[in-house]
Amino acid sequence: MGVAASVDFRSVSVEPILHDIDLHIGAGEAVAFIGRSGAGKTTTLRLVNGLVKPTSGEVFVDGAPLSSADLIALRRRTGYIIQGSGLFPHRTVYRNIATVPRLLGWPDSQIRAAAEEILAKLDLPLGKFGDRYPRSLSGGEQQRVGIARAMIANPSILLCDEPFGALDPIVRRDLQDAFVALRSGVTIIFVTHDVAEALHVTQRIVLFDGGRVVVDCPAAQFPAQRLPLVQHFVEAARI
Amino acid sequence: MTADILRATGQHIVIVAVSVGIAILIGVPLGIWCARRARAGRVMLRLVDAIQTIPSLALFGLLIPVPFIGGIGMRTAIVALILYSLLPIVRNTLTGIRGVDPVVLDAGVAMGLTDQQLLREVELPLAMPVIVAGIRIATVVGIGVATIAAAIGGGGLGVFIFRGVAMVDTRLMLAGAIPAAMLALGADVVLTLLERHLIKG
Repeated sequence: MGVAASVDFRSVSVEPILHDIDLHIGAGEAVAFIGRSGAGKTTTLRLVNGLVKPTSGEVFVDGAPLSSADLIALRRRTGYIIQGSGLFPHRTVYRNIATVPRLLGWPDSQIRAAAEEILAKLDLPLGKFGDRYPRSLSGGEQQRVGIARAMIANPSILLCDEPFGALDPIVRRDLQDAFVALRSGVTIIFVTHDVAEALHVTQRIVLFDGGRVVVDCPAAQFPAQRLPLVQHFVEAARI
Repeated sequence: MTADILRATGQHIVIVAVSVGIAILIGVPLGIWCARRARAGRVMLRLVDAIQTIPSLALFGLLIPVPFIGGIGMRTAIVALILYSLLPIVRNTLTGIRGVDPVVLDAGVAMGLTDQQLLREVELPLAMPVIVAGIRIATVVGIGVATIAAAIGGGGLGVFIFRGVAMVDTRLMLAGAIPAAMLALGADVVLTLLERHLIKG
């Protein structure tokens, strides 16, 4: 297992989207970012692996400022799972999963063993799926491969940007369960619109509105918050 | 006669292969460069486009007086063919790289691929079918333009055609025209197959 890292945002702004964000995310915590489209949650997520740079303020990973960090090395120990999976269409499932271990210089035998292990946990046996190309997989299977690719090298941080957003509800539920079973020893930031998903997958919910944090509380307490926006999200999640 | 046709065909192939080969070596990096820099890329593309617009015989005429690269002969023909082949190769490299799914690129960057690795492992392989399509167009056009190169002493199959026209000898004309047509069709078929193979992955 990897060693989870803490993430801190100190007065971080990304004008004109994000204003003066202060957040501490402890090592090993699982936090959901919720908010409407354009509220700033994805931008905040992308600050953590340097895909977005702050216009002011500073982001810290394990206390080290990102502005002077080796971003390539940081990204190799940061998993990234996105909607639509972002799998390399020209590479087999196995070669997709092997991407980060290969960049890290793992020997082939170690990569194969790790791939076998993580794919088994995700119910995609390597022998059956390893040589297939992403386009021959269903949306749910592609996303499982996306999870395996992000987690194979035991990342310290896992960034998830609506990873299950495009999937049908049953597949979605299965994947959430598989995800929960896998996560340990990693700090998770999980962007979603869905409060039920946030409650299921994380322990803490941060609500964004207009580029600011408006609620930050333990997940279980989120539905009880009185803010109209909270109630709007909670009602949307009810059946 | 048969030996002459074979020799001219060989010469024709060499002229086209050398020029398209050099055009690939220049055009692919140039296309990558254009894909990285939006404004400079547009200017470069317009320049390459302008060269393509010059009628081929006029381009030969313009190159002959140029010192070092000009003069009468095969060298001038090759230089002109390189300039001609550049446009489809540069444009298709640019289009191919720009056409890579941004979500895939995003994932690549986020996994810690360096710019070089992203280019080599993601952008170029995914752009390859489009780049090969550009090479196919360059080759087929090159085979055609190379027949005209005979007019400036460039050799190749055009020699028979021009001689046949001058002597009103249909057999001589066809001795150049038929192999040239077959070369173009053959190159088109082979490179189309390669393109399809690359698309299938």
